[in-house]
Amino acid sequence: MIEISGLQKSFGKLQVLHDINLELKSSSCIALIGPNGCGKTTLIKSILGMVIPQNGDIKISGKSIIYQHKYRELIGYMPQIGRYPGNLSIGQLIKMVRDLRPARNEYDEELIDAFRLSDIIDKKMSTLSGGTTQKVSAVLAFLFDPPILILDEPTAGLDPVSSEALKVKISKEVEKGKLVVITSHILSELDDLVTSIIFMNEGRIAFNKTVSELLQDTQEEKISRAIVTILTNQQQV
Amino acid sequence: MNRIIKYVLLDIIKNRLVLGYALILALVSWSLFNLEDNSAKGVLSLTNIVLLIVPLVSIIFSTIYIYNASEFIELLVSQPLKRPQIWMGFFAGLTLALMLAFLIGVGLPLLIYADGGIALILLITGLIITGIFVALAMLVAVLARDKARGIGLSIMVWLFFALIFDGLMLLLLFQFSDYPIEKTMIGLTSLSPIDLARILILLRLDVSALMGFTGALFKEFFGSETGEWVALMLMVLWILIPFWISLNRFKVKDL
Repeated sequence: MIEISGLQKSFGKLQVLHDINLELKSSSCIALIGPNGCGKTTLIKSILGMVIPQNGDIKISGKSIIYQHKYRELIGYMPQIGRYPGNLSIGQLIKMVRDLRPARNEYDEELIDAFRLSDIIDKKMSTLSGGTTQKVSAVLAFLFDPPILILDEPTAGLDPVSSEALKVKISKEVEKGKLVVITSHILSELDDLVTSIIFMNEGRIAFNKTVSELLQDTQEEKISRAIVTILTNQQQV
Repeated sequence: MNRIIKYVLLDIIKNRLVLGYALILALVSWSLFNLEDNSAKGVLSLTNIVLLIVPLVSIIFSTIYIYNASEFIELLVSQPLKRPQIWMGFFAGLTLALMLAFLIGVGLPLLIYADGGIALILLITGLIITGIFVALAMLVAVLARDKARGIGLSIMVWLFFALIFDGLMLLLLFQFSDYPIEKTMIGLTSLSPIDLARILILLRLDVSALMGFTGALFKEFFGSETGEWVALMLMVLWILIPFWISLNRFKVKDL
């Protein structure tokens, strides 16, 4: 679905991405993890066309996306911190994003119900708490039933109930054959969700393994333990 | 792009600052015309105030708006939209909202109190000045990543064109008063949109005699119909060039 080859990006003198090569296939939930400042968000933003790489290419369904815009119809993006025009209500914002994207027959409004947003649909965006704003971001990402979902720290600000609802939704979408890319710092919550893990460090891909491979290699039962094991082993080497 | 303009406009019109801007302009215009029994004098005072307030509000408000909309711009960029469309949408939305405020604030009293031709030229220059300073604001916002620095730069730009440029021109005039520099002065004037606007209005008001020998030369050049058109074209270029540069920067900007 997404092919990344030889991707390089630097901000001034700081090289953020060093020659990234990746292939992300549909029907999988990929966790992109790594320490702060390792280039996760830059990689995601390159896929979205928000950051323009100096070198290399990103292809979605075989077509290069550099300087293109049409391909974004295929992507639902949930930013880490969503800030929206404060004067709009939740309902108006959803309507606006609908208006800006090509029209569809059906919209996936499951999350609006799951998060109980209908009760506060007329509330202004500027009055919402961080968690509620995050819920709106999630609704917008899933609304168009896109084949690719990119979620940047999706559950960081959510309460346990909503966080669970979102996770259920994510696994449902993966089962439908979608590609879901999640970045997260909270390793424990990834356990029952992801199918493979990409660990980035200092702009390079440290490893890219499926969950079963990872657990086998490290003889651990939980992803979080397995990653810690790998990291401590690497440090010893 | 129309959809983007629509949403930016809706967002700005609900903003109390723009309403306040229209109100202040209206208050100033009405009171000036009521204070002066001679409407030409009223227009003259109004010109001076308009040429200070309109650029200031246009550039500061637009700069702050663009910085505050950074996440909104990110949201738009992550949607299947072309970047130039987004940027043009913001420009059009900002310009239209501020122009509307100007038309309500200054336009209404002008049409009632002032002579048609003068009212028209003041309105046109006011509208173009709005466009110019929105374009400059967008250039500043795309060049300076940091909000505080961006707003500072905007204030500098306004200060330069509204006050410092005039001072420099005056200095030049005095320093080189022994030389025939009038033609150079006309050329230099085109470097400041506010001065272009002021000359256009003053010449229409027929108070160019106040400007001395250079004024006479200005009248000879700008007073003619071609001169007026040249000045207007130069002002339109002052919108197009900064906006074009900002657009090209925005196309490759990392968000």
